[in-house]
Amino acid sequence: MVERTPFLNFFTHLILFIGFVFCIAPFVVVAIAASHNLKDVNDVPMSLLPGSDFWVNIKTAWTTADLGPKLLNSFIMATGVAAGKVIISALTAFSIVYFRYPGRMLIFWLIFITLMLPLEVRIVPTYAVVANVLEPYQAILDLTGLSWLIEKVSGVQVQLSLGLLNSYSGLILPLVATATGTFLYRQFFLTVPDELTEAARMDGAGALRFFIDILLPLSRNNMAALGTIMFLWAWNQYLWPLLITTDQSHTMAVTELKQLIPNVGGVPEWHIAMAGTLIVMLPPLIVVVLMQRWFVRGLIATEK
Amino acid sequence: MEKRVTFGKWTIGILFAVPQLLLIFTFFYWPAGQAVYWSLTLQQPWGGGNIWVGLDNFRSILSNADYWNSITASLVFAGISTGLAMFIALVLAALTDRQLAGSRLYRVVLIWPYGIAAPALAMAFRFILAPEAGFMAVVNRVWPGFWDPGLDGADAMASIIVAFSWKYVGYNFIFFLAAFQAIPRSLIEAAAMDGSGVIRRFWDIQFPLITPTIFFLLVINITESFQDSFGIVDIMTAGGPANATNLMVYKIYSDGFKGLDYSGAAAQSIILMLLIVVLTIFQFRFIERRVHYR
Repeated sequence: MVERTPFLNFFTHLILFIGFVFCIAPFVVVAIAASHNLKDVNDVPMSLLPGSDFWVNIKTAWTTADLGPKLLNSFIMATGVAAGKVIISALTAFSIVYFRYPGRMLIFWLIFITLMLPLEVRIVPTYAVVANVLEPYQAILDLTGLSWLIEKVSGVQVQLSLGLLNSYSGLILPLVATATGTFLYRQFFLTVPDELTEAARMDGAGALRFFIDILLPLSRNNMAALGTIMFLWAWNQYLWPLLITTDQSHTMAVTELKQLIPNVGGVPEWHIAMAGTLIVMLPPLIVVVLMQRWFVRGLIATEK
Repeated sequence: MEKRVTFGKWTIGILFAVPQLLLIFTFFYWPAGQAVYWSLTLQQPWGGGNIWVGLDNFRSILSNADYWNSITASLVFAGISTGLAMFIALVLAALTDRQLAGSRLYRVVLIWPYGIAAPALAMAFRFILAPEAGFMAVVNRVWPGFWDPGLDGADAMASIIVAFSWKYVGYNFIFFLAAFQAIPRSLIEAAAMDGSGVIRRFWDIQFPLITPTIFFLLVINITESFQDSFGIVDIMTAGGPANATNLMVYKIYSDGFKGLDYSGAAAQSIILMLLIVVLTIFQFRFIERRVHYR
């Protein structure tokens, strides 16, 4: 815009610069602290010139918190959640938008309500369900008298039981069971022109064919957006993995960070803690940086 | 908006929704129902049946001073951090939208905090705000005893608010910027030609047009501050000192899984769910009326 507002321009740059510094400072401080040795990191004030122990600290943090396998676990879980959401949300949105059946609105609302109550607030009973995922179905069989009937008829006592604690499915499935993506797809599917559907049907395409060959390729942008958001979200999950992975082989990088907190009264190994923090914050940051150009474009109409 | 052209066979239609329905039944509706049932019974931690106690769990929770303290702490945390994160993000986005030289750089960097896991940034801020090392130590050297989140409840609360707001400034910034950029440039140019200044244009044109975004972010920020705070609290303060930062989610976790009081934790979950629902409805009813939709 052509307008002369020198004072305001100066003010704008000043505020933005302060914002920039505050935003970047924690990253810089973490990186610098990760390069110091024990004595320098605890200096008051800490030197803002990088030290020379960066790789040593990274290596120590890596082995102390056993980050290799943990990062792999985080990666498996985040990818699983992202893929699950992308697929299941697309299926549901397709069902809601492209079919007319009784109870369609009920399904819509059942899904909508799940947005209101996050996993954190129903954590205790969800934990119980994951300890035995078939518990709800066993309860239904018991309540309806079906298990009694089956036992009478066949002599088999129905005991459904499948524990998912310390498993990838136990980590992933409860996180997939919210409806975030469904509405993103729904909004998009509603903008797809009817003519396209008409043409596809005239050419003899069935529902499944239309979905796979036409609708999914069109929603590539949405899938990438949802996939990115869900990957970051799942990577950053803390409470759920903390609870259900008691066995070391399934814990996440993010939850392992806690082991690096210097104990009160112990040796203040902040340089190791910051090296670990840096390792754990890097992967999602890289995803943000890589997807950013596209991510912002998806959100912002570029035509000005 | 409805589709004119649909696929006829409705049985197939329902099949597409089945995976989602199974998941939300197993991991959402069943546990939510269980929470209600447990909150009304006394559940033995290691099985062995449960006894119906009606509203006793709620009575004992609500007569507990620790619990009220936790509600107050949660509300203080939610209010201040949401206010801070939204105000700062709004200012930064409005200024970035002026598109002066270098605004692209700000646009790139200001989004980064959103990608960082709450526990990781909590670790970073735990170090930055540590009383004996890092930066607050300098302040403590000048005024001894000025800052110690390990001993002073207000300092601990300030620490978790800073960490949470820092992350959500990044998140809010993305949405505010998108909203600002969706406003047609011609509208602002016309106003400029009519002689209105930058600040006038902000209040009369841009601000009213982004109220839907403000409202959306208000709901999201408040809801998130009740749950996403868990990692920050666990790493930075573990609920202390003296329960000053024992937010509701954290208390549910420590009572339920450390204290093995499943019934009490379930009752607290129900109260937290109700609180979130009430806050959301309240915002919809009273704030949405002032929102301009196009």
